[in-house]
Amino acid sequence: MGSNVHFAAATGWLSTFWLLIAIPLASAAALLLLGRRADRWGHWLGVTSVAASFGLAVSYFFALRGVDERSAELRLFDFIDVGGLKVDIGLLLDPLSVVFVLLVTGVGALIHAYAVGYMAHDPGRRRFFAYFNLFVAAMLLLVLGNNYVMLYVGWEGVGLASYLLIAFWYAKPAAATAGKKAFLMNRVGDAGFVIAIFLMFATLGSVNFDDVSNGVGALATGTATVLGLLLLLGACGKSGQFPLQTWLPDAMEGPTPVSALIHAATMVTAGVYLIARSHPIFDAAPDAQTAVICVGAATLLIGAIIGCAKDDIKRILAYSTVSQIGYMFLAVGLGGVAYALGLIHLLAHGFFKAGLFLGAGSVMHSMNDQTDIRRFGGLWKPMKITWVTTGLGYLALIGIPPLSGFFTKEPIIGAAFDHAGWLGAVVGGAALLGAGLTAFYMTRLFVLTFHGPRRWTPDVGQPHESPPVMTVPLIALALGSLAAGALMMTSVVDWLTPVFGEHAESSEHWLITGATMAVTLTGVGLALVLFRKGTETEEQPAGILVTAARRNLYADAVNETIFEMPGKYLTRALVFLDNRGIDGLVNGLAAAVGGGSGRLRRLQTGYVRSYAMSILAGAVLVVVAMLAVTLG
Amino acid sequence: MSVSYYVVLAAALFTIGAVGVLIRRNAIVLFMCIELMLNAANLTLVTFSRINGTLDGQIMAFFVMVVAAAEVVVGLAIIMTIFRTRRSANVDEANLLKY
Repeated sequence: MGSNVHFAAATGWLSTFWLLIAIPLASAAALLLLGRRADRWGHWLGVTSVAASFGLAVSYFFALRGVDERSAELRLFDFIDVGGLKVDIGLLLDPLSVVFVLLVTGVGALIHAYAVGYMAHDPGRRRFFAYFNLFVAAMLLLVLGNNYVMLYVGWEGVGLASYLLIAFWYAKPAAATAGKKAFLMNRVGDAGFVIAIFLMFATLGSVNFDDVSNGVGALATGTATVLGLLLLLGACGKSGQFPLQTWLPDAMEGPTPVSALIHAATMVTAGVYLIARSHPIFDAAPDAQTAVICVGAATLLIGAIIGCAKDDIKRILAYSTVSQIGYMFLAVGLGGVAYALGLIHLLAHGFFKAGLFLGAGSVMHSMNDQTDIRRFGGLWKPMKITWVTTGLGYLALIGIPPLSGFFTKEPIIGAAFDHAGWLGAVVGGAALLGAGLTAFYMTRLFVLTFHGPRRWTPDVGQPHESPPVMTVPLIALALGSLAAGALMMTSVVDWLTPVFGEHAESSEHWLITGATMAVTLTGVGLALVLFRKGTETEEQPAGILVTAARRNLYADAVNETIFEMPGKYLTRALVFLDNRGIDGLVNGLAAAVGGGSGRLRRLQTGYVRSYAMSILAGAVLVVVAMLAVTLG
Repeated sequence: MSVSYYVVLAAALFTIGAVGVLIRRNAIVLFMCIELMLNAANLTLVTFSRINGTLDGQIMAFFVMVVAAAEVVVGLAIIMTIFRTRRSANVDEANLLKY
């Protein structure tokens, strides 16, 4: 496997698939350049461009089914051509990227439509849609590039769009800070990714996917392991995985559609895409795979534990995202058949998590933009559509059959237990525990928001259902989470076979299915018992574990102590050195020259005769010197 | 006639001039002392010219005289201007040009 990867050149209708990226990009440029003139209709242009991309993506999907190799490569023009390094602007449409393209454009179009309603009263709506389209274009470039440099260009593009959208309400200090935090933490990961690209070029002489796939077998295991670990670092930064997870929950300061599209459904899954795309490297480096597994398992537990203690509806969902991406990392780390499992979980998660975020946005919309679930309650009655759609997303996330989460999460847990040695048992146990915690915190969120006594703040008034432009996407996403699971389980794994190769079906695990269901139902039941009657509206004192979870398991504190404080002290020391050392040297020299000249100046007395005296003295000196020379 | 007479005379004249420049305060006297030094130098120039049998030294003495004449013109004019403004020819009082 991976020994002879060849991509067919794009022909016919498929040779136009660069349009997928060009349309949203053109729309973003138009919205930014036209300025206020586009304020009245700009958002519809934004929606239309992404919807058009989705339509094209569907047509390319069917066109690709007609190609034997199941791939289409398009080399548009040269990008970098220096010495041995040759990088094309090249695109690749294969089963893996087409799955992502459909997810990005499909869910993206729905969320764009939703944002028309959500951002209706925001004066920056046109700007918002420009950034949103820019994001879609960059994300499509990320998944469609045919080499690591193109992937990296898209990777940085989505980072930029993410920064712009998190800090969209830039006048709010928390949002501006969160934007910067996201950007900086992503930089840490990106550094790893860039070095990985350098290493690829240094050892393999090419950064194209096919060359790397074909050449990786000849690499030393150590090199492949380093390459895998560097790529993992990049993936951790973008996907909010341990230890770089803290930016993702803070990113919820952006508008809710941003959280839904970028920080739940698409961009944060780019890390999973990177690892899946680099699967030949990871197949050649078992140690790197183990690292991916450990990161995934640790993150899914961290996310789930913190999710249980948070009270902000969007932050719970954000930590849930962190945790679910942990499942995906776990799956792609396990390798083999689990690559496809990770990707179908990614697809299912894209649907139900986007739906959950949009549902949360709908709730916030009618509750004066409050996000504290302790101040919700009883909302099922005034907001029927939001209640039902969010409910379906919730059931899908915790993995209740026949919704999508059941078909995608349970096989990952099974695959984890199948992994050899004690590691399999440990990560399997972690994944199983994570499923229980997921059920607990999601039930808590759902029950506290929609059921139980009303704990609204007095200024809320009468909550109302959101307008149709927001509820229709909600319904579509709920239907997606309802239907997608079974569909994906049967067909997507087969569809991805050309990418990951043939694998024997894993054995049926009735035992694990039963255990997962039991753990999940326990979590649901426990949350129901605890929160059926509502909860306190103020924060209560709590034990060590809950306090730690409320503080994000001290991840921010650790970052501050380990990275921020030494940095601060280093800067202070450098400033001191600069002021006292470098400046002191220069200023001291100037002061010495100035003081010396001040003294020397006194020689200029103005008395002509003393000048004459010095001249005479000089003349005598000269004569004496000459005599000394001639006589001596 | 021995050369040393001339040279000793010139040295004596030069010393008188130099000492005068250093110890007298009146600008006119200072001026005359400078002339004395110049002429002491002229005397040595002419002496050695005569001994060596060449005219170079004498030509140089003429140059010195011309320069001295020009210097007298400029110097006296300056001294007069100073005297007009300060009612004094004392060089120690004309000490504005200093640190």
